[in-house]
Amino acid sequence: MTRIRLWQAFLMACFVPALLCAQSIPPATNARIAAVESAVKSAQSAGDNAWMLMSAALVLMMTGPGLALFYGGLVRRKNVLSTMMHSYVLMAVITVLWAVVGYSLAFGAGTPFLGDLRYLFLQNVGAAPNPDYAATIPQQTFMVYQLMFAIITPALISGAYAERIKFSAMLLFTVLWALVVYFPMAHMVWGKGGFLNAALGGRIPCLDFAGGTVVHITSGVSALICALYLGKRRGYPTEPMKPHSLTFSFVGACLLWVGWFGFNAGSALAASPLATSAFVATHFGAAAAALGWLLAEWIHNGKPSMLGGISGAVAGLVAITPASGFVKPFPAMLIGFAAGLLCFFMVTAVKRRFGYDDTLDAFGVHGIGGTLGAILTGVFATNQVNDSFKDASGKTMALGWVDGNPGQVLNQLGGVAISWVLAIVASLVILKICDVTIGLRPSAEHEREGLDISMHGEEGYNFET
Amino acid sequence: MKKIEAIIQPHKLEDVKKALTGIGIDGMTISEVRGHGRQKGHKEVYRGMEYQVDLLPKVKVELVVPDTRFEEAVQTILLSARTGKIGDGKIFVSDVREAIRIRNEDRGEGAL
Repeated sequence: MTRIRLWQAFLMACFVPALLCAQSIPPATNARIAAVESAVKSAQSAGDNAWMLMSAALVLMMTGPGLALFYGGLVRRKNVLSTMMHSYVLMAVITVLWAVVGYSLAFGAGTPFLGDLRYLFLQNVGAAPNPDYAATIPQQTFMVYQLMFAIITPALISGAYAERIKFSAMLLFTVLWALVVYFPMAHMVWGKGGFLNAALGGRIPCLDFAGGTVVHITSGVSALICALYLGKRRGYPTEPMKPHSLTFSFVGACLLWVGWFGFNAGSALAASPLATSAFVATHFGAAAAALGWLLAEWIHNGKPSMLGGISGAVAGLVAITPASGFVKPFPAMLIGFAAGLLCFFMVTAVKRRFGYDDTLDAFGVHGIGGTLGAILTGVFATNQVNDSFKDASGKTMALGWVDGNPGQVLNQLGGVAISWVLAIVASLVILKICDVTIGLRPSAEHEREGLDISMHGEEGYNFET
Repeated sequence: MKKIEAIIQPHKLEDVKKALTGIGIDGMTISEVRGHGRQKGHKEVYRGMEYQVDLLPKVKVELVVPDTRFEEAVQTILLSARTGKIGDGKIFVSDVREAIRIRNEDRGEGAL
């Protein structure tokens, strides 16, 4: 008796759904499927948005306090506040500029070289996603995430002119530089229809995942131009100019390392496996670079220094930036290690040979590390890591040389050349404008007194209080 | 009265202080100073920039003692500050004409 009932129940369970499916789906089911789809979509959006807001905060943390501490510790004590201020004030200045016109110039569709004014004053930038850039997060999230990149990039340049620039000149230089160099470069590489945009129809498809060209080459090369145009600090290199607090620099560098996860893994623009891959590549690149610099220093000077270790990590983080979303962990370590060695060579041998005073080695680390990373991205980028590039027939495209596309190295060199030329020419013109209007350098007395007192009327360390 | 200025290794300060207190000498003035005698400094390298650091951190102990206690005080400092290595420092001795206690204007050895 019981046995028969069980069999009946089993048969019912098997056949009833099949019978239902054979009939047309009632409208109520359709509505429920739509509701489920919408719930899945909003769950994905919530996950992606959480990660991207977190990433935006991490990238802001790279500037303040990360870079401010890193740079602030490397200068003499009389310039600690002014150097921190160079980074900090940009958190305010660039933000306002971004809201008014920056985001639009960088990410409006516009021409291949500059965006249009469709997002002027952040109009049309709201909760709705912009599917060209990131389909699952509000465009406002994308906008504020990209803002953090626009803040740190000119802050990196401050390493070159630290200890010897008027605050007013620094502000004017940076605003003009953002308008003429950063916004156009960001548009070319990441903006829709940008000249170098590999994902959205660029003429030269340059692979730059998180800003090797846009952030590090532009800032690093402009830093060199600043160092050359401004001339050496008074007393360089005969007077001692030792870093006044390497403990500050250490804390700053570690904050940079952590913040860089937001910078690189966040550039996946989603909480996706690609973000994980970029996170891993970033970390492995930094580690190998720290070892590379330490090793070079140990062999060359007989002692591995803490400053060398943190400089190496930053150099590796710079070099892995363009490659982070395209390479596997071991190529990432190779790129990092090479950057550690090359940047060590730049800031020691090459800087001494040519005698320019790049105060905190913004060129040696960001310009050179960024260039190396951009080129090696063309070598090691693989569609096994990033399969988002499809050809006309929908097939996954080969990315770098390791995928059998050696021509990508040429595309990368194209991106490198454009960013170098733009940075050199624009920086020279902007420096000239600042020079003839308000003047770049403080008076000899002001520079000797220190910029903290002469520019800001305060001191970093008041021992008598 | 004699003034004794002893420039010593910073890490020997506690020993010297304890030894002087042990023989009943309580008054002294301490300052952190930098300097060098025959001891060589060291090299520091910051991203390829080399600095020869000659002025090394030392501690200067100043005390004024009555003439009768001066030899004893010097011996105590010598024994407690010595490590036997270059860089142990030096002691300078000079005559003091007058000592005045600010609180009640006591003068001479009574003010020490």
